[in-house]
Amino acid sequence: MSSHYEAPIRKPLVIGDKSYHDITVDVARPVETRANKQWWTVFTIALIAFLWGAGCMVYTIGTGIGTWGLNKTVGWAWDITNFVWWVGIGHAGTLISAVLLLFRQKWRMAINRSAEAMTIFSVVQAGLFPIIHMGRPWLAYWVLPMPNQFGSLWVNFNSPLLWDVFAISTYLSVSLVFWWTGLLPDFAMLRDRAVTPFSKRIYSILSFGWSGRAKDWQRFEEVSLVLAGLATPLVLSVHTIVSFDFATSVIPGWHTTILPPYFVAGAIFSGFAMVNTLLIIMRKVVSLEDYITIQHIELMNIIIMITGSVVGIAYITELWVAWYSGVEYEQYAFLNRATGPYWWSYWLMMTCNVISPQVMWFKKIRTSILGSFIISIIVNIGMWFERFVIIVTSLHRDYLPSSWTMFQPTFVDAGIYIGTIGFFFVLFLLYSRTFPVIAQAEVKTILKSSGENYKKARENGNHSHNH
Amino acid sequence: MYTFSGKLKTFSIILMALGIVGIAYGFLTAPKTIEEVEVILSKQHHGHGSHDAHAAPAHGEATAHEANTASHDAHAATTTAVSNDSTVHVADSTDAHSAHAEVATPAHAEANAHAAKADTHDAHAEHTKHLEHVLHQLQNKPWAAVYVGCIFFMLISLGIFTFNQIQYAASAGWSPVLFRVMEGLSAYLLPGSILFFLMLLASSAHLNHLFIWMDADVVAEDTIIQGKTGFLNIPFFLIRAVIFLAGWNIFRILSRRNSLALDETGDLSYYKKNFKLAAGYLVFFIITESIMSWDWIMSIDTHWYSTLFGWYVFASFFVTAVTVIALVTLYLKNKGLLEYVNTSHIHDLAKFMFGLSIFWTYLWFSQFMLMWYANIPEEVTYFIFRIEEYNLPFFGMLALNFLLPILLLINTDFKRLSWIIIMAGICIIVGHYLDFFNMIMPGTVGASWFIGAAEIGSVLFFGGLFIFVGFSAIAKAPLLVKNNPMVEESKHFHY
Repeated sequence: MSSHYEAPIRKPLVIGDKSYHDITVDVARPVETRANKQWWTVFTIALIAFLWGAGCMVYTIGTGIGTWGLNKTVGWAWDITNFVWWVGIGHAGTLISAVLLLFRQKWRMAINRSAEAMTIFSVVQAGLFPIIHMGRPWLAYWVLPMPNQFGSLWVNFNSPLLWDVFAISTYLSVSLVFWWTGLLPDFAMLRDRAVTPFSKRIYSILSFGWSGRAKDWQRFEEVSLVLAGLATPLVLSVHTIVSFDFATSVIPGWHTTILPPYFVAGAIFSGFAMVNTLLIIMRKVVSLEDYITIQHIELMNIIIMITGSVVGIAYITELWVAWYSGVEYEQYAFLNRATGPYWWSYWLMMTCNVISPQVMWFKKIRTSILGSFIISIIVNIGMWFERFVIIVTSLHRDYLPSSWTMFQPTFVDAGIYIGTIGFFFVLFLLYSRTFPVIAQAEVKTILKSSGENYKKARENGNHSHNH
Repeated sequence: MYTFSGKLKTFSIILMALGIVGIAYGFLTAPKTIEEVEVILSKQHHGHGSHDAHAAPAHGEATAHEANTASHDAHAATTTAVSNDSTVHVADSTDAHSAHAEVATPAHAEANAHAAKADTHDAHAEHTKHLEHVLHQLQNKPWAAVYVGCIFFMLISLGIFTFNQIQYAASAGWSPVLFRVMEGLSAYLLPGSILFFLMLLASSAHLNHLFIWMDADVVAEDTIIQGKTGFLNIPFFLIRAVIFLAGWNIFRILSRRNSLALDETGDLSYYKKNFKLAAGYLVFFIITESIMSWDWIMSIDTHWYSTLFGWYVFASFFVTAVTVIALVTLYLKNKGLLEYVNTSHIHDLAKFMFGLSIFWTYLWFSQFMLMWYANIPEEVTYFIFRIEEYNLPFFGMLALNFLLPILLLINTDFKRLSWIIIMAGICIIVGHYLDFFNMIMPGTVGASWFIGAAEIGSVLFFGGLFIFVGFSAIAKAPLLVKNNPMVEESKHFHY
């Protein structure tokens, strides 16, 4: 890589007069210090939400799916909405660690670790829904093509719901391996700094005996690239397969070919928004402002703006094609979205997803912490409603008017959703106190090319050298 | 500084001349009357074994021919034998016409209506109608051949310009040493757009039947098309075309001007202007590109629609554009003209060829699989017709656009070898020509397709013009941009 020369117009990615040691200390600090009261407060709230959600799940499985607001027409609603929403959020992590690696974006190094953690934790949340929305979840293992005593009764490979099983489980495993591989040098750093025998023991186990030899690093880099190359098609195909759940059907509003790339774009959109939400808080709480800089936030905002525009184009394309198709059902599906009983959710989605990211065209807003934080929350609300609109408004009114109905969620629907948010934060909060939240080994590779002090020194001293 | 070599100039002129001959031959040999069609059809039937009427690939469409000739024969048998047995007559013609209906293109779905009416209608009139239908297809053939060549090269230059703009907007550090190649090649956008607009004007003036929705008689009978006339009407269609083509060209001219001004003045404000211009262009492009694909390609199969189509078309010409950049870079590098371009730059271009080929396949598969899976008659006819009548080009392009590039370009060392990139590049260019062929031909010439003088001629003509215009433009400015703040990074780029 062109590490020996960097254009002066590129802004520094590491602020302040940092040395390698400073990076180590800054990254290790949250792990080596004790949690404060605020952390415990937030953790307790998240834990309570999680326990409440777990109770709702147990209640559902024990009593039956009838405890949810589903009916005979609308067989999917909050369950699959939440599932797709969580999977979508998970995509930004892989995007940041894999796609941005392929595009040699150095700024990813400060955010990839947390983005990948977010991926793993949100895919875990997503993975709950395919199980708990089953009528008989104890038979869930039947979806696996295993030899059995029913004359080897197998699954039908034609269903996108089965593809989902493969997609999500592969996605989780590959992301986990990718994440953990990247963690090895950082765990080794924590191991080497550990002062208590207990933490020494723990980080020794976690770091798999990483000793940082040249050969190890060479293979490490190669593995990262190969995994990035595999994770990129994986990330596209996973959300594509999720979109196939709808697009392969014959339901007006669901059956549309743009769904695969548009779901992926939406996933990047909502995923980056979530990364922004988390990192804006995290950089403050664990004092990593020198690594997760305004420029990082601005670049994420630009990606949110681009993918928001792509999603906007897709919305307009769908609308236009519904008209152009001349198919009455298709036209009605979109008329119903815009003017039917769920009009508010449609317009909420449109406002949040299409209009709000457009403010990022203004440099003032995209470089403002508060502005970015607000937009990132709005986008995640909008993207939840996007999935809700696609699922519910297409189902509640389709071919036969005699089957038209409405959908009302119950407290169990809501409770499970809140529970997954709680669970997510439980995991994320634990992570942020025990894991190195910035890939220090990677940031150290860009310190000399993109560190503020080094850039300044180059501009002042070595100016004649480069020309 | 590059000087347009005399050899290459002559070569491009020869290509254009050969192309014109091929195109002219195509137009001159197109049938003008129903009688000629009748002769062609009977020749096709009787000469089935000897291939005298068609080039060899045309026999991929054997089913269609058999059905066509069957209806023709049915008619011939009933009329020439002077049979008075009306029952036989009706039965025959019904069969013949339902056979005809099966081969109807999705766009010409009115044939279904014909089939339904066949038993009540006068069979003779039906037969004439069928002949007229084939006549239109055969008359369309040279037009469609030119149309495919014309849009293909125009979109390649648009894709090259778009790639250039993405590099600007992304502040790419590896590619500035290639900017002049991209700027030069995208110069074809202007002549390409003018020629393409003339093609649209020719269709609007009813010189051909490429767009059936332009045919007032068809629209009068077709309620589905009637529902679309709010969008698909000639004035609005032409206005949109002017806006798109003019918009792209204006962006290109401004960007090129700023780039040259940056060379001369070293004033960084030109760089910033180009950065903003690139962002503006990309927004304009993403909108116009979608509508362009609906207008110029999707509306040919007027009954059919697909939301993914715009992005699919984009992937198709974008990967071709990157391939063309790579091939021309290799050519210039080989002549020792691109001092700072090294194998890392080539490697990056090859990675884009590889990645975008997979991306194209992803979109192709998504569109195809979703329609195949749901099997909704309105939309699946599009693929049924292509699989039945265009089997070889339809699946052949998958080999060229997906299998071969992925196998050739997955290896890192291979991505640095010129001959591998050239081989993969040829696959990609031919494959995506076939892709556009598959998009446009079925709706315009139906089963009467083959790759003959007009098709090859139009590729030669537009290819020759592309080389001529592109390399003339490359020769007009130094091959290395100066004063671009990223160019030093690009000169030192190693991967």
